[in-house]
Amino acid sequence: MNLDQALHTYIAESRGLLEEMEDALLGLEHDPDDADLIGALFRAAHTIKGSAGLFGLDAVVGFTHGVESLLDQLRDGTISVSTDLIGTLLECRDHISTLIDKVAQADAPLDADQEAQGERLQHALHAHLGHLSDADAHANTHAEAQLDAHFPAEPGALHSDGASRIELDNWHISLQFGVDVMRNGMDPASFIRYLGTVGDIISLQLDCAQMPAIAEMDPQSCYLGVEIDLRSGADKKTIEDVFEFVRDDCRVSIMAPPSHVAKFMQQAVPLQGEVDKIGEILCDAGILTELELAQALTLQGAADGGQRQLGQILVELRDVPSVAVDVALDKQRQLRENKHQESKFIRVNAAKLDQLIDLVGELIIAGASASLLAVRSGNVALAEATSVINRFVEEIRSDALGLRMVEIGETFNRFQRVVRDVSKDIGKDIGLDISGGDTELDKTVVEKIGDPLTHLVRNAMDHGIEPAPLRSARGKPLKGTVRLNAYHDSGSIVMEVTDDGAGLNRDKILAKAIERGLVAAGAVLSDGEIFNLIFEAGFSTADNVTKLSGRGVGMDVVKRNIHALRGTVEIDSREGVGTTVRIRLPLTLAIIDGFLVGVGSTSFVVPLDMVLECLELSEADRQAARQHDYINLRGEVLPLISLRSVFDIGGDVGRRENVLVVKSAGKKAGLVVDTLQGEFQTVIKPLSKMFHQVKCLSGSTILGSGDVALILDVPALIQRASGAAVPQTAAAVKTGAARA
Amino acid sequence: MMTSETINGIGHMRVSGEMTMYTVIEARDLLQETLLLCKEIDIDLSEVTEIDSAGLQLLIQAKREGARAGMPVRLVSHSPAVQEIIDLYRLAPEFGDPMVMAAR
Repeated sequence: MNLDQALHTYIAESRGLLEEMEDALLGLEHDPDDADLIGALFRAAHTIKGSAGLFGLDAVVGFTHGVESLLDQLRDGTISVSTDLIGTLLECRDHISTLIDKVAQADAPLDADQEAQGERLQHALHAHLGHLSDADAHANTHAEAQLDAHFPAEPGALHSDGASRIELDNWHISLQFGVDVMRNGMDPASFIRYLGTVGDIISLQLDCAQMPAIAEMDPQSCYLGVEIDLRSGADKKTIEDVFEFVRDDCRVSIMAPPSHVAKFMQQAVPLQGEVDKIGEILCDAGILTELELAQALTLQGAADGGQRQLGQILVELRDVPSVAVDVALDKQRQLRENKHQESKFIRVNAAKLDQLIDLVGELIIAGASASLLAVRSGNVALAEATSVINRFVEEIRSDALGLRMVEIGETFNRFQRVVRDVSKDIGKDIGLDISGGDTELDKTVVEKIGDPLTHLVRNAMDHGIEPAPLRSARGKPLKGTVRLNAYHDSGSIVMEVTDDGAGLNRDKILAKAIERGLVAAGAVLSDGEIFNLIFEAGFSTADNVTKLSGRGVGMDVVKRNIHALRGTVEIDSREGVGTTVRIRLPLTLAIIDGFLVGVGSTSFVVPLDMVLECLELSEADRQAARQHDYINLRGEVLPLISLRSVFDIGGDVGRRENVLVVKSAGKKAGLVVDTLQGEFQTVIKPLSKMFHQVKCLSGSTILGSGDVALILDVPALIQRASGAAVPQTAAAVKTGAARA
Repeated sequence: MMTSETINGIGHMRVSGEMTMYTVIEARDLLQETLLLCKEIDIDLSEVTEIDSAGLQLLIQAKREGARAGMPVRLVSHSPAVQEIIDLYRLAPEFGDPMVMAAR
């Protein structure tokens, strides 16, 4: 195995585990008793440490070891969860993350600050550990003393003495000796004596019910049975081995103590794929021994031809308490699911995926070209064959794009930490509410949306949510809420960052904008337009600059980032109630379903998701449109945009014109075109840098005929609906057409 | 080796040496006989050097038969070996005989 590659895998895995740790820690903050979360934490730390050992990453091993010890105590219940502890653990997690990052950077050394941080955290860990292990030791000696005080003098008293804690935690062993055991040279007493070396016999109940009257008894036969409660830290195998020599002459059943079962519940037998038989799970947990398993299996096979459940048999044999079987069944299900998932997911290099999608893009173009030629050739069979091929290509396209789709939930969940840290920083009590986490979008989009979202969330927390006194004065709950929501809407994904804070002050923004000369005094602006002013560079109405925000830098970057993803951003706000920032992004960046239209000799593609309907522009409407650029669509005003004039395309207007009704962000418009050419799968080729200034176009694509079609940026077009054509746009179209 | 003599209807049994698998048949016979003859039985265990589960079974039997017949059967002067096995099986409360704790 290539060690370097393995190391990369380790780093990737560790990062995943660190994320899990963070989630678990944040979860624990809400639910400090969740044993599953503690278990998950421990396993994550354990795995990071263990694998780090394999690679000789001593720094990681050393530091993580401390964390693991602490988590182990947490898991045992010797220490309990506190906010302080979670804070420390979160910092530790971050430090491990730093250490891993250093490994990723070819083992770069830590800088002084990071060293100091590590030291400090080690001390913090020790403080938690040391303090509590003392208390722990104390508790133990106490229990011991209690036991000693009761036990040797009056063994029977244990039952009635409130020492149930002691009694509860014992192994229970039932022995029924065979009749011939003594004749075979074995004395039951010696086994009990031997058992005493494995643990403390807390109670022993002799059962001589089998013994007949003196006349009938054979003194050399054994009629004894015993029920023993044993307190022992040994595993089941060790206890079973005590009776190894008498096994054939004796019926033994050994039941694990409840705490053992509880441990087994928590411990989650390492979830490796191979073990998924219930018997093996129980064996692994030390609750069942192989021997008992073998017996039970024979019984299962013999009695009902395997019809009976193994768990049931084990419970009946009294080998295993039924609760353990339940847990094991649970575990088994989990293991199967894991296995299922394992076989469901494979790690693929993102570059390979991109390459595949590029190829699918080429395939679509080539396919379109082939079917065009087939139709032109007039060969019906060929045309039919190509149409079948095209259908498959289309399926491949959507599947290939599906490969890149990931749920937004993971990205959203990361904000739990952001919200926690920021709310601590600024001293506001703020919770995060996440919905729509299962909404899927393209992986590249997910990667790029993180920063803008972080900014918006911080902004909402810092500026949006009022300080507690003000909130109570306004009759709002003291705890502020930031909400992240995502959903699909006509070919876009919409992400909302909502806060229940103060809302934006419309007048203040307007005044500031006028003051800064962004808006002419006396201009009439809609609320939306005014709110959008906050995205202008350097715009801030905050009276105070804080550590987090307020300098007026950032919102413009957010807007730029989102525009770079072909997205839009808008703000809804009601003063005193809250603010919603809505980001609208295209689902994917590579391939879209388009609708092909023609103006003169130029072809345009409109993203199909935005097309509502097509209609023919009637002569009356044409007349009307020439005068006021809108038509009456079933009683609704539909603004018209003539592509011919926007892009300054020459040539005569044909005898007929058509209108493509498009919708974006809730606004409708009609695009006036010459011809409607139908649906077309479009591989987006970004426009080269040269055309970056061009508005209203989002890319280009190549048609089956080899011609270039330009992809319209519908939102931009609608926005400009009232404006005049921009010369440079027209120029670009000409250049683009010339290129083709 | 087990001996038995009856004085005033009280059986005085005495076990010496081992009380094990290998001696229990004989001991059982003697016990059975004594149980029929007497109204009370004392079993002196001071000379028992070795006792196993078979021996213990016999002591249990003696107690049980005695209880069934409404006849007191007392174990007296337990030797350390006897004490050990009675402790092991936790029978002291059930037997109810005063035992002298050996100085350990």
